[in-house]
Amino acid sequence: MANPGGGAVCNGILHDHQKQSNGSQRQSGNCTKNGIVKEAQQNGKPHCYDKLIVESFEEAPLHVMVFTYLGYGIGTLFGYLRDFLRNSGIEKCSAAVERPEQKDFVPLYQDFENFYTRNLYMRIRDNWNRPICSAPGPLFDVMERVSDDYNWTFRYTGRIIKDVINIGSYNFLGLAVKYDESMRTVKDVLEAYGSGVASTRHEMGTLDKHKELEDLVAKFLNVEAAMVFGMGFATNSMNIPALVGKGCLILSDELNHTSLVLGARLSGATIRVFKHNNIQSLEKLLRDAVIYGQPRTRRAWKKILILVEGIYSMEGSILHLPQILALKKKYKAYLYIDEAHSIGAVGPTGRGVTEFFGIDPGDIDVLMGTFTKSFGASGGYIAGRKDVVDYLRAHSHSAVYATSMSPPIAEHIIRGMKLIMGLDGTTQGQQRIQQLAKNTRYFRQKLNEMGFIVYGNEHSPVIPVLLYMPSKVAAFARHMLERKIGVVVVGFPATPLAEARTRICLSAAHTREMLDKVLEALDEMGDLLHLKYSRHRKSARPELYDETSFELDD
Amino acid sequence: MKEGRKEVPRLRMATATEQWVLVEMVQAVYEAPAYHLILEGILILWIIRLLFSKTYKLQERSDLTLKEKEELIEEWQPEPLVPPVSKDHPALNYNIISGPPSHNIVVNGKKCINFASFNFLGLLDNPRVKAAALASLKKYGVGTCGPRGFYGTFDVHLDLEDRLAQFMKTEEAIIYSYGFATIASAIPAYSKRGDIVFVDRAACFAIQKGLQASRSDIKIFNHNDMADLERLLKEQEIEDQKNPRKARVTRRFIVVEGLYMNTGTICPLPELVKLKYKYKARIFLEESLSFGVLGKHGRGLTEHYGINIDDIDLISANMENSLASIGGFCCGRSFVIDHQRLSGQGYCFSASLPPLLAAAAIEGLNIMEENPGIFAELKEKCRQIHKALQGISGLKVVGESLSPAFHLQLEESTGSREKDVNLLQKIVNLCMSRGIALTQARYLDKEEKWLPPPSIRVVVTVEQTEEELEKAASTIKAVAQEVLL
Repeated sequence: MANPGGGAVCNGILHDHQKQSNGSQRQSGNCTKNGIVKEAQQNGKPHCYDKLIVESFEEAPLHVMVFTYLGYGIGTLFGYLRDFLRNSGIEKCSAAVERPEQKDFVPLYQDFENFYTRNLYMRIRDNWNRPICSAPGPLFDVMERVSDDYNWTFRYTGRIIKDVINIGSYNFLGLAVKYDESMRTVKDVLEAYGSGVASTRHEMGTLDKHKELEDLVAKFLNVEAAMVFGMGFATNSMNIPALVGKGCLILSDELNHTSLVLGARLSGATIRVFKHNNIQSLEKLLRDAVIYGQPRTRRAWKKILILVEGIYSMEGSILHLPQILALKKKYKAYLYIDEAHSIGAVGPTGRGVTEFFGIDPGDIDVLMGTFTKSFGASGGYIAGRKDVVDYLRAHSHSAVYATSMSPPIAEHIIRGMKLIMGLDGTTQGQQRIQQLAKNTRYFRQKLNEMGFIVYGNEHSPVIPVLLYMPSKVAAFARHMLERKIGVVVVGFPATPLAEARTRICLSAAHTREMLDKVLEALDEMGDLLHLKYSRHRKSARPELYDETSFELDD
Repeated sequence: MKEGRKEVPRLRMATATEQWVLVEMVQAVYEAPAYHLILEGILILWIIRLLFSKTYKLQERSDLTLKEKEELIEEWQPEPLVPPVSKDHPALNYNIISGPPSHNIVVNGKKCINFASFNFLGLLDNPRVKAAALASLKKYGVGTCGPRGFYGTFDVHLDLEDRLAQFMKTEEAIIYSYGFATIASAIPAYSKRGDIVFVDRAACFAIQKGLQASRSDIKIFNHNDMADLERLLKEQEIEDQKNPRKARVTRRFIVVEGLYMNTGTICPLPELVKLKYKYKARIFLEESLSFGVLGKHGRGLTEHYGINIDDIDLISANMENSLASIGGFCCGRSFVIDHQRLSGQGYCFSASLPPLLAAAAIEGLNIMEENPGIFAELKEKCRQIHKALQGISGLKVVGESLSPAFHLQLEESTGSREKDVNLLQKIVNLCMSRGIALTQARYLDKEEKWLPPPSIRVVVTVEQTEEELEKAASTIKAVAQEVLL
């Protein structure tokens, strides 16, 4: 599915999107790899679109995988050895211990559960939770910390590593910056309202600022209505249970964020998982669900909700929206898109994946997103038809039980959104969106040329570069910090065991100089740590992957 | 040779016997009755048939034709995503507050004194808190653009955690970016499938959701009924003796609230601590209403009862009530709290608290530490209005006299929840028109495990003057008389 158009070129500059989107509803006939569910092809309409999805998930060479597992194996062996030494009192155990009065209680957590944390994560944990002491802009200040006991505790030296290039924070549009005059309204609201609300939306916590923000969000997304919540994570976990319940089916992408998984679990609905972004896998589940109904009772499902994300934060892949939308329509399912990482980040005017594919946002039942990333604030929204939003106003767990959004934060979002929409009278917002797209294209292309294995969609500003081996993860992150570049590295359990990676997050605020400096450092790292695993031809146009490289096509 | 000769006859004998057996078999066939032969023949055929046929035919039973499948797909009509909401649902006709939701509040354009927001210490409008938040805004901007693990840890967060731990006199504290998510994430970080949680019937919704996410076995005891809890603990002890292997890995937790959001009552902590050591169950205490309220220094329930805070395994509270900021925290011993840094879902997978809100909370703590008198003042005000509200015909006061949030329930229900709610709403609306902003306690009727009766929740803050408290009490009294008599 990843590349239905075959060998056509990928989309170039921004205005090409518009052309593409006009034609995107047109069906294309050459949908040859639409395997698994053959009946659908014969009877149903073929659900392929001209819109190109150039996505790459190159497999690692075999020896890399072997060494990666070997690395974990050795780490585990030494872990057992160290545990043995600790238990027999030879090595001092630095972990916090239960108080003596409660020694005979059932252990609060199983020792084994913590094996990975104690023996593998502890060795390299200096690469996470690095404290910073400035705004998370394109350059930030990292507080230097050292450990005298192999990462069990940290000591702050008091020194500050100034002006580290930040390629870790989700600051897509560069709106997370320290105060400047353009943020005057935020200051005014803070001074007028204070920072808290101290009540819920249903009781005494609906402020005029909330109303203003909700109206603006609805306008921004071009939908009927919207509601905002104080925390992005909770927007998912506290609203999905209001939409579906027992007797309903949730079809969830296997790589969905924890908050979506939690929301699905709390809802009490049956959950089935389809392969990441895999249309065949989803269609098979949908068909089976509609045809065979609920297990055992065979009663028809009350409703089916498809839970997906716009951009997947660890893969950099973009939702295959047109195909999923066609399935949704065919099988009368409902679609819930979490645009946490895509709102503001893709689409010619930053409206997220719907705009990226040129799809009417009214076709999506529930549009969810957060204000943490592109808007540099916090909180989340749910937008869609008025009846859906009204229902959530009345039944969302968050609206009834949780404190509403802080007014200065609401104001910051309003300001950012107006900027993106051009309502502030400048083209600054539009420029930022274009700059982000430009940065993304430039950076991804350079990485591909260097020979890294880079995951995801070529338009995604979230760029995972594969490192594989756990020891390289640590070496990479430490060396990069030495070169004054702050990277985010992720490993198991956030990714599959053998696919540890660094996740680069581009921002419109990154200048070409910054990107070049990062690229230079990456190049150096790639040679030093042998990270350039890609076996593909290094081409200036990275679109011509052969089909075997698409894991999605299995 | 000799041996060879000996062998031959033995061999012959063996063949002879075999031959004899064969002969006998053939003879038996001849002698057998015909029906017997037929029966055996049928059995042999049956066996062959069984061997060659498939065991059962699932395919034949359920294999729908393509056309049938398409028809099924065509026919299926899902329920609408959401049922319609009636136009007069209170959530669709919400009060809009213009300006700050502080002591003097403008609700739907009408100026009122606020008796509804949990702004117990009046910190929402405090100029010092605002100044601290503003200083933070100037340095850090607004958002953190990432979770704690990925450059979402700011020095302000570390400061706030240290300050909270210091204030509560515990080893460590951990902050969350949303009050609701605090206890709802903390419980499933420890309590897993197979573990047992004893929980008070009146526990708030956040606890209920945390328990649901943990997938543990839930045992509910009657509200504040320690005898009932002990009964359940005893039952469990007997159960454990039956299966000691399982008991050795089954964690037991008791989850309670300091001051109950739903009832305004206080938790009998000393008895609970006794039960904890007797039955080896850990205590998780939710202090969203009691933190910054109870105790000489506002440290909450443990200080109120003079209990060693280390006896409580985990204390969680939000920073949205007394501290009038946003977010929540858990505190306790490092052995307990540190586990959440990798297991607390709302901590690991959510963007961290905006620094300006953390700065506001720190300044709030400063004010609390500098003016320990405010807690006594708040208590006095609670007592005053509590007393003044006694004896209203038709309304009863539910909750402790030291609780800054308590409930006014109908003395006698009309029999239908809807009617009760409407009656109370009438009282709320009339009070509002006379300058007293109140609200009903709102619940999701269908979602609550134990739905409290409808009530008006009265919130006391230190900013309310004696006259205002007096006025509120007399207004409520007068309005209740009008509506209920």
